[in-house]
Amino acid sequence: MHSISLALNGKPVHGQVEGRTLLVEFIRESRGLTGTHVGCDTSQCGACVVSVNGKAVKSCTVFAVACDGAEITTIEGLAKGVDLHPMQVAFKEHHGLQCGFCTPGMIMASIDIVKRHGKSVDEETIRRELSGNICRCTGYHNIVKAVQAGAANM
Amino acid sequence: MRYEMPTTAKAAAGLLAKEKGRAFVLAGGTDLLVKMKAGVVEPDLIVDIKAIKGMKDIKKSAGGFVIGAAVPCVALSENAALTKAWPGVVEAANLIGSKQVQGRCTMSGNLCNASPAADSVPALIAAGAKVSIISAKGSRKVAVEDVTTGVGRTSLKKGEFVTAIELPAKKPKSGDAYLRFIPRTEMDIAVVSCAVNVSLDAKGMITKARVVLGAVAITALLVKDAASAIVGTKLDDAAKAKLAAACSAACKPIDDKRGTVEFRTEVAGVLARRAAEIAYARAGGKQ
Ligand SMILES: Cc1cc2nc3c(=O)[nH]c(=O)nc-3n(C[C@H](O)[C@H](O)[C@H](O)COP(=O)(O)OP(=O)(O)OC[C@H]3O[C@@H](n4cnc5c(N)ncnc54)[C@H](O)[C@@H]3O)c2cc1C
Ligand code: FES
Ligand code: FES
Repeated sequence: MHSISLALNGKPVHGQVEGRTLLVEFIRESRGLTGTHVGCDTSQCGACVVSVNGKAVKSCTVFAVACDGAEITTIEGLAKGVDLHPMQVAFKEHHGLQCGFCTPGMIMASIDIVKRHGKSVDEETIRRELSGNICRCTGYHNIVKAVQAGAANM
Repeated sequence: MRYEMPTTAKAAAGLLAKEKGRAFVLAGGTDLLVKMKAGVVEPDLIVDIKAIKGMKDIKKSAGGFVIGAAVPCVALSENAALTKAWPGVVEAANLIGSKQVQGRCTMSGNLCNASPAADSVPALIAAGAKVSIISAKGSRKVAVEDVTTGVGRTSLKKGEFVTAIELPAKKPKSGDAYLRFIPRTEMDIAVVSCAVNVSLDAKGMITKARVVLGAVAITALLVKDAASAIVGTKLDDAAKAKLAAACSAACKPIDDKRGTVEFRTEVAGVLARRAAEIAYARAGGKQ
């Protein structure tokens, strides 16, 4: 077992993990934050994306122990009290979801896209950048609209 | 399973040498963790090389570029000098997976995972890249084409690992390119792929060429006959037809759900022609 300490949504957390424990298992099972989803076992779907030290990472493809000392933000860490993050608001307003399973990963990935490409990121870039986030419901059209609207308000 | 994150290559080599069970190096983990989740591999020891000093650096020297084994593929396209010198290698590495996969995956991992469809490998071979390998006993350098020996197999001995990939300095009037065929536009594994690297003389005549096919045999294939087909030409139609024929002749593909033998054989020639056109134009050649 390894001891790890990290900042999860701004709060210091400590835990004991096995070498092979995945970050997503630590987040969901040890910390009970089930907003981060697991949609596949092949690292393809992107439902598990969280922010690790400011970068969007598939938390199913990283060991928790490798994140010792990291700052991690999950979908639960975005809202300030009752005020949703602009990207969350945009997904809600533009119907960027149906069942919502992919949404936490989509939103975490989208925020990362805006950080790197700026507020006026174009549709083509958004589509290319979201190729690792799979949605089986929406057909992506409204997701792209939501990301553009969210970007403008970030 | 033990997880170790050493900070020196020597310490990593020591850990790998001492381990009696199954030891695996961890770079980006985009193959290794997926295989662990599937139960295909059960490591006793994992040695994460990401904290080793220098392993995440891209160094430019008179001799070319030294790319540390833990450099994620996104960092390649963010390096302007590298992208200018070896656009084919960079475009191949940036076809791997999606953005989040590229944020973690490495070319060294792509090579050592030894998939016949690995995207960066044909481009590295075409570029004439070498890998630096270290173990507790010492270090050595080998050409990239001498690393993969079969599906999931490499020539690395127990206790050895790759510390860097070295790309030669770009020659004047040279250019490289990489193309792959996939049924989708993103996030798929190559059905066939081809990398071409050419050098030209002042008149635009090809003086040297390296042509490499991916996903049509158990390892990437350096096709010497394909190179000879275009050396001494200005990549005219006859040369391109010979190039395509040589590539198709070299294919030893399998039939699977991604593509039939006939399809792969035919498309290998088509991709070779197109990749050669791009490489030739990048080298400053005019058709
Ligand atoms: C969703 C998804 C899409 C993908 N798409 C593609 C694609 O389009 N094209 C493609 O080619 N690949 C693809 N891959 C496979 C994978 O991302 C690549 O092969 C990647 O380059 C592996 O690099 P890594 O650093 O993550 O390797 P790791 O998983 O860390 O390692 C892979 C293997 O190499 C060994 N290894 C790693 N580094 C070293 C070293 N320095 N010395 C010795 N051994 C080492 C490991 O022990 C392991 O066996 C995809 C994977 C996923 C999850
Ligand atoms: S659960 Fe991580 S990519 Fe699917
Ligand atoms: S909304 Fe259902 S998977 Fe995207």
